[in-house]
Amino acid sequence: MDEHERWALEVEDLTVAYADQPVLWDIDLNVPPGVKMAIIGPNGAGKSTLVKAAMGLVNPVAGEVRIFGRGRESAEGQIAYVPQRATLSWDFPTDVIDVVTMGTYGKVGWIRRCGAAEKRQAEAALEQVAMAEFARRPIAELSGGQQQRVLLARALVQDAPIYMLDEPFQGVDAPTERAIIAVLDELAETGKTIIVVHHDLQTIPEYFDYVLLLNVRAIDSGPVSEVFTEENLRLTFGGRVGVLAAAGAGKL
Amino acid sequence: MDLFGDYTLRLVALGSAVLGATSGALGSFAYLRRQSLLGDAVSHAALPGIVLAFMLTGSKLPLVLMVGAGLAGWIGTLAVQLVVRRSRVPYDSALGIVLAVFFGIGLVLLTHIQKLPNAAQAGLESFLFGQAASLLRRDVVTMMVLGACAVLILVLVWKEFKLLSFDPDFASSLGLPVRRLDGLLTALLVVAIIIGLQTVGVVLMSAMIVAPAAAARQWSRRLAPMVMIAVAIGVFSGITGSILSSSIPRLPTGPTIVLVLSSIVAVSLFLAPRRGLLWRLLNISALRAAPDLDPVLMHLYALSHQHPDDPEHGHPVAVLRTMSPPDVNVESALEGLADRGLAQQTSDGGWAPTPIGRREALRIHEREAGEEA
Repeated sequence: MDEHERWALEVEDLTVAYADQPVLWDIDLNVPPGVKMAIIGPNGAGKSTLVKAAMGLVNPVAGEVRIFGRGRESAEGQIAYVPQRATLSWDFPTDVIDVVTMGTYGKVGWIRRCGAAEKRQAEAALEQVAMAEFARRPIAELSGGQQQRVLLARALVQDAPIYMLDEPFQGVDAPTERAIIAVLDELAETGKTIIVVHHDLQTIPEYFDYVLLLNVRAIDSGPVSEVFTEENLRLTFGGRVGVLAAAGAGKL
Repeated sequence: MDLFGDYTLRLVALGSAVLGATSGALGSFAYLRRQSLLGDAVSHAALPGIVLAFMLTGSKLPLVLMVGAGLAGWIGTLAVQLVVRRSRVPYDSALGIVLAVFFGIGLVLLTHIQKLPNAAQAGLESFLFGQAASLLRRDVVTMMVLGACAVLILVLVWKEFKLLSFDPDFASSLGLPVRRLDGLLTALLVVAIIIGLQTVGVVLMSAMIVAPAAAARQWSRRLAPMVMIAVAIGVFSGITGSILSSSIPRLPTGPTIVLVLSSIVAVSLFLAPRRGLLWRLLNISALRAAPDLDPVLMHLYALSHQHPDDPEHGHPVAVLRTMSPPDVNVESALEGLADRGLAQQTSDGGWAPTPIGRREALRIHEREAGEEA
């Protein structure tokens, strides 16, 4: 086995800047396959940017991203991506099943239309997120939680080895949060690697087994039981974290 | 009066219909990508291209002028991108700058050649507001060929264009060449615009891009019907505008088409089901009747503090009712909370917040405390 294939995602010396302002500074990160990893950090820490850099959606100033030991360019189809819900225009004229079917476009290829097979895949994915009865609903009529489940279903039809979710719990209702966690747990059991930008420190030990603490620099990363400490949280969030740290990290 | 016996009118109506169809189809995508103003910049930017094409070739063949218009429009879009990437000027301002600079150059060139001693340049100024009556058979044929090519490509690359318009980041994550797709779709928009320049003119052409799409969006819930309705509205306005302007003296065709379109947009904005203003007015009262869940959840949360060792302890509905203003329907609010997994009914018929409900209440509490601070 190639040395590098030990990691699902490998980030080396990654620096990203917007308009000369560094957003990510010299990030090193190794994510072992099969973990459920949370990326946490204050606003403006570069969490979404790190996900986008791993997806190849932003061009780094320096550094490298490797997926299962191979360069980003040859990694098409390796990562299923769930973007931040709020960045999409939900007024787009389409329905739920159509959005989920979009997950198959990479495999269907040019000019060909999606057929019965793709529709079945999309329906199965909707079933998995308990949205089957909403298949024909226009997306403009969904609640926040339903929108999030649709985006997760779209990622599920990609059946990729790595899943990256950007703030999937932002503004969703409690059943959706539970449904998403259940799906992520299932994926992790089948050996998929899950990477989630997460906000709620209190649920980290319950939902995840691996964590990256990020604040422009990578403060620390590793198993939750080892690196999710008050000391690291203070380094990541500054003084403001007192109460939250007591609530979350204190439980360990 | 025999409307369709008139050869000129038939030609103008056919040309306007082709123009309405292509701008309806391509305009739908521009509208959904929030690029309607790009159409305005492209059409204004086309003017110097038309004049330069004439100055360089001495020809007024539609294909020659359209190639000039298309190239200039395309350079206009590149200029917008260049300004956005290389400076801190935002997108809308970049559009305004490019529109003004190109249109200004176009007007200077136009004025310049009109002072030249030969008469060959006559008629170029009609590209400002369009002159449908000047359409010849060869012009309409050119428009039809270009329009058919643009629509054919649109149909072939349909699903990629749809995904590009809805979620470009996701398209990119699937490995689609998002940059090239974006360039292709913009090129098709440029084609749709140059098809209409002779009929509608550079100043009003953006209305042909925005209006059919804006009206069609009101009546449709999915993309394919929206594009088809936009095409139908474009064709209808083109033909109706042509007939109106030929039956009423001194009514110019291009502006008439745009006025017909605008009326359709106005009616659509007001009357369309679900999205129309009228529908929304009628539905606001229904919205008001839905109970606000947050206060009831906060009451439940406050009550649960009375039993710190047993947070699942049930509290009777009657207690919650005394805590709420008389016009609040506490039962339906509790049902709503239960649907969302925030509260549950206990075995003794009372109500208690779930662990997630307590966390949500804490979140609301902190948010409100933060707002007051």
